[in-house]
Amino acid sequence: MKGDADVGQERTQEVSPGLAATPAMGNVTIDSREKASAGPTPLSRLADGPVPRPRSLWTDAWRRLSKNRLAVAGLVVVVVFIVAATLAPLLAPYTQSEVVDVRLARKGPSWLWPFGLDQNGRDIWSRVLYGARVSLLVGVVSQIIVLAIGVPIGAVAGYFSGTVDNLLMRFVDVFYAVPQLLLVMIFLNLFGPGLLNIFLGIGLVSWVTIARLVRGQFLSLREAEYVNAARISGAGSRYIMFRHLLPNSLTPIIVAVTFGIPTAIFTEAALSFVGVGINPPQASWGQMVGVGTDTGLVQASPHILLFPVAAIALTMLGFTFLGDGLRDALDVRSKE
Amino acid sequence: MLAYIINRIFWFIPTLLVITILTFLILQATPGTGVLSTGAQVVNQSVVERLEQEYGLDQPLYKQFGQYVWNVAHGDFGTSFIYRPQSVNDIIARSFPISLKLGIYATVLAVVVGIGLGVLSAVHQNGPLDYFSVFLAVIFYSLPNFVMGFILILTFVVYLPRIGIDMNFNVGGLENWKDWILPTIALAATPLATIARFTRASMIEVLQSDYVRVARAKGLRESRVITRHVLKNALVPIVTLIGPIFAAVATGSFFVEAVFNIPGMGRYYVESFVAKDQPMILAVTLIYAVMLAAMNVVVDVVYGFIDPRIRY
Repeated sequence: MKGDADVGQERTQEVSPGLAATPAMGNVTIDSREKASAGPTPLSRLADGPVPRPRSLWTDAWRRLSKNRLAVAGLVVVVVFIVAATLAPLLAPYTQSEVVDVRLARKGPSWLWPFGLDQNGRDIWSRVLYGARVSLLVGVVSQIIVLAIGVPIGAVAGYFSGTVDNLLMRFVDVFYAVPQLLLVMIFLNLFGPGLLNIFLGIGLVSWVTIARLVRGQFLSLREAEYVNAARISGAGSRYIMFRHLLPNSLTPIIVAVTFGIPTAIFTEAALSFVGVGINPPQASWGQMVGVGTDTGLVQASPHILLFPVAAIALTMLGFTFLGDGLRDALDVRSKE
Repeated sequence: MLAYIINRIFWFIPTLLVITILTFLILQATPGTGVLSTGAQVVNQSVVERLEQEYGLDQPLYKQFGQYVWNVAHGDFGTSFIYRPQSVNDIIARSFPISLKLGIYATVLAVVVGIGLGVLSAVHQNGPLDYFSVFLAVIFYSLPNFVMGFILILTFVVYLPRIGIDMNFNVGGLENWKDWILPTIALAATPLATIARFTRASMIEVLQSDYVRVARAKGLRESRVITRHVLKNALVPIVTLIGPIFAAVATGSFFVEAVFNIPGMGRYYVESFVAKDQPMILAVTLIYAVMLAAMNVVVDVVYGFIDPRIRY
């Protein structure tokens, strides 16, 4: 515990000069802070002279992100994925369980069916699109659950320390000893397969990461000068937490969520692949992969395996590239 | 040091007991646990009762648990529900060496290539070689081993032979040495990328230190500076990665074994989960827990040896 506190102190010193000047998110200009501290620029000019167009944290971040080619590629993939998932019923020529023609089962890609037909004669293109829906849902809903549980617990632990913090950290120790995928499997084993249980399983298992992150942030930020200033001016704990600590912890949370979504998507795919995830005939990439590996299918009709695998791989890469880029772009300390 | 190790090993016992109790309770709470899930469709009620008696499932919970702990303490993990006449001991004795071998291969590959890539990156920082290995590491890092496995299969087993490049890779069976290559790569990919990233960062940090400047200033050859001064110090924090690597390899093996049809312990684990084969789940969970705990102790001890600042 002592070690943790030390790290907190150290980080405060490092973080606060950059973050202290941006008390709330969004509309505060970083520009003015840099000018003010730069010295030669007279402060009065900043106050009433012609001020250059203010740049917010988000504009800055966007500029940095758009210069990072990998991150932009990731963003494009993510946008395509989201559009494909939301517009699936419009883009897909068939529904997910509709059989095109049983006699044409396992037919390879052609002009009529660009991704080919699966072992039951269903259109793989349509099923990949509907599978994207399941993946997107799993990614987003599980992260909402993760945030809803992880942020408050982490915030309380970090801000008040003491018993809650001790309890949380001990819990984290135990939790991290067991691979998370296994925990989700145990959960699904308990409550049965299905989309809702997958949301809950992933959410209940992965909130620990966010809680730890928020705790670390709060632990270091609560020592910052502006928090002290707020406290002296009579701000209550709740005000400080919501108005000062949370907005300043937002960027690491955003990055964590960007990485959490692909992890959740992968977890669902892995579970469905093994057969404890989504119930058929609902299309899920993992389950399509599972079917594609059935005996004989891999060599004879690899397209059944190829397209869902490509979809999972692309989505994972897209989110990771975007996450890496976001982490660099949202880092206030990094210079352009 | 010895006292520290003994103390750590002593703590295994309560940890394992807690894990056993938890797994036991979860399995009890799971509907369908028990002999009924053996897959037999029409089961006569008397048969069920006989089976339950045989497995001791008609006993009260605390007795079942006591009996189980007693048996395990005597090295008996019971009989599997789904592979019925076979005892769990037999299945594990058969499948564990396979998983272990695969795990060791993958770890060696990950460590050797990972450190190699990391060093290469750091020495040629911001050069084309650096960009290449960082890119490779990001791809390996982002793709979970189960997707990696399929990409390898599709590439080397399905599509490359079709365009005339047949390297005789097969899936499903470990008859000759070639059959180990693809699963090893799939399993090694994620830890390899992790090691490469950490090695690169750690090397770059050390490269900027004063003692490296001194080593160069006194006229040492660059290769000697890298091997004797930079590498030696940069690799110290890499040891802490052994724990996470081990966890990644151990859990990764479930899916890699399923993907490549390898009869290792990981695949049995997944199957026993799907089939709710209580004795198998308990046994394999315990084995993994022991290995994870042991690995953490090993990491701490090794760290104490190579970093003189750490004393227990």
